[in-house]
Amino acid sequence: MPQKPILPQDLAHLTELPKTPTGIPGLDEVTNGGLPTGRPTLICGGPGCGKTLFALEFIVKGVDIYNEPGVFIAFEEKPDELAKNVASLGFDLDKLQQEKKLKIDYIHVDKTEIEETGEYDLEGLFIRLGYAIDSIGAKRVVLDTIENLFLGLSNEGILRAELRRLFGWLKDKGVTVIITGEKGEKTLTRQGLEEYVSDCVIVLDHRIINQISTRRLRVVKYRGTLHGTNEYPFLIDEEGISVLPVTSMKLNKTVSTDTVSTGIAGLNQMLGKGGLYKGSSILISGTAGTGKTSIAASFVNAACERKERSMYFAFEESPLQIVRNMNSIGLDLKKHVDSGLLEFFASRPTLYGLEMHLVAIHKAIRKFKPKVVVLDPITNLITVGSVSDVKSMLVRLIDFLQAEQITVMFTALSLNTIVNDQTDEGVSSLVDAWVLIKDIEMNGERNRGLYVIKSRGMSHSSQIREFVINDDGLNLIDVYLGPDGVLTGSAREAQKLLEETGHVLHSHAISRKDRELIRKRKVLEARIESLRTEFESAEEELNKVYFEAEIKKDVEGQTRQKITELRRGVQPEQSLNKKSTNKNKGE
Amino acid sequence: MKQKYELRLYVAGKTPKSVTALSNLKKYCEEHMKGEYSIEVIDLLVHPQLAEGDQILAIPTLVKKVPEPVRKIIGDLSNEEKVLVGLDIRTRKVS
Repeated sequence: MPQKPILPQDLAHLTELPKTPTGIPGLDEVTNGGLPTGRPTLICGGPGCGKTLFALEFIVKGVDIYNEPGVFIAFEEKPDELAKNVASLGFDLDKLQQEKKLKIDYIHVDKTEIEETGEYDLEGLFIRLGYAIDSIGAKRVVLDTIENLFLGLSNEGILRAELRRLFGWLKDKGVTVIITGEKGEKTLTRQGLEEYVSDCVIVLDHRIINQISTRRLRVVKYRGTLHGTNEYPFLIDEEGISVLPVTSMKLNKTVSTDTVSTGIAGLNQMLGKGGLYKGSSILISGTAGTGKTSIAASFVNAACERKERSMYFAFEESPLQIVRNMNSIGLDLKKHVDSGLLEFFASRPTLYGLEMHLVAIHKAIRKFKPKVVVLDPITNLITVGSVSDVKSMLVRLIDFLQAEQITVMFTALSLNTIVNDQTDEGVSSLVDAWVLIKDIEMNGERNRGLYVIKSRGMSHSSQIREFVINDDGLNLIDVYLGPDGVLTGSAREAQKLLEETGHVLHSHAISRKDRELIRKRKVLEARIESLRTEFESAEEELNKVYFEAEIKKDVEGQTRQKITELRRGVQPEQSLNKKSTNKNKGE
Repeated sequence: MKQKYELRLYVAGKTPKSVTALSNLKKYCEEHMKGEYSIEVIDLLVHPQLAEGDQILAIPTLVKKVPEPVRKIIGDLSNEEKVLVGLDIRTRKVS
């Protein structure tokens, strides 16, 4: 008979396993919704790994968030001890007990007080539990180290049988149970509790690597549902437990085409499209003292000016130090801190392991909800982990930030060329843009050259710019490309000066030529003047001769006439005729 | 008036074990401390809130309140020797 394939619609009527959210940040994501409702969950781990706190947070969050009363059966600690221990986390157990939302029952088993004789069962425990559950209508129950029963009672056969009955009975009650258990040598728990609790097992771990402790959590088994199988780091701080959720396995983040300014006009221009894409990541790397922090500070400053919340994770300097130092380049970060737009989060890298840093960063970001984040510098984290650890941490961080559409800037210190290449390459494949600041050593001085090595999805500049930090802030200057190659710093200034001098000299030369020309013209004009005068005098001279000749001729004529008259004694009429004859002659 | 031995037996309903325990207890008391004891039987099914005070887990449990120290004997009390040691009537045998 051919088998009929199961179609999705055939399964539609099947309901998924009901789950009870724990309210512990991150855990519900790892377990795809919480712990199995109405079933027991085993939480095991070594001493001090946070089992009791975990269980207690499950109860308290259940009351606070989901309004589900809870019963906490303590086999180890007395109620007042328990209340004191968690008071620092802001859990007010006494108040919850008065409000009938919580019931803490302390079950004490002391071997020295107990004598066993003959058959017995644990009906007393059942009755107490049942009474506690019914008195407040509990939905959640914690049995904090039920294994202690094995210390007090010696008849293991009865105990095991009764435990089996207990878990069955709890399931029938429909309460969601957490059972904690101490880690055994080969088994998950000393007494093999995992044998009875087969629905969900979570292992907590507290590991120390290189003197730095990291808490981790793993869902070993969860029947009937998908769950994350990795080890997830978790953090216990003043707000309780937070688990770092899964790295999403898919690369299907929404992307934005909006850009975010880096706060440096020159850099925006170099990256192309006027800045970084929103939700992208940029790495600023460079050797010591190249101004990485300054770039980061101007980035957050620009964000704050746009009234966007930003967060600065400092792993090297204290916030006050950064604020003071940035004042010297004209960035007033204090006013943004005061207005609440900027928040610093400073921690020593060695404070805790990388994973814990990641959890702490996650938490801080979730709480503050910034639009822009700076991590300065990520290379300091390598002191607490290997390069590959840092990389895997950053992958997860970038992943998370992308999902939240937060733009992030990392700075990385390149110590020397070998490490530099390693670190940068390790991280550079993750980031969307990479800016490198390099020292350019020339003529006995160091200058900063800024390169944009990559900028995904943008036509970035391939030019090297000189990066100048002065009182007014940060500036990018075009480097001088002369016949002698790239010039920066004072060499660039010198070259500029040289050019200017040349220019002045040149213009000077031109003006001298002009003057020469004027002078020459003047000389020539003067010469022309004198020639003209000469010509006039020559003309005069010539005219003089002519006049003289005329005058002479006249005078001679008159003299001749006078002589003639005197000789001939001509009558006045004759003399008149003579005159007319003379006149005719002249014509 | 106060007895030399104040005993409490916690039971949960009339289970065979409880019945055995009670009859065993009565027998030992009559034999070893006649006239010096009082027995109070508490049924936890009726008074579940009383389980907490004496830290009762197992059923049946016999609690010796007086004389001090407080001791608990769990089980159906079938082993007379152990019960008497538990009640400090007989010292523990050094074997």
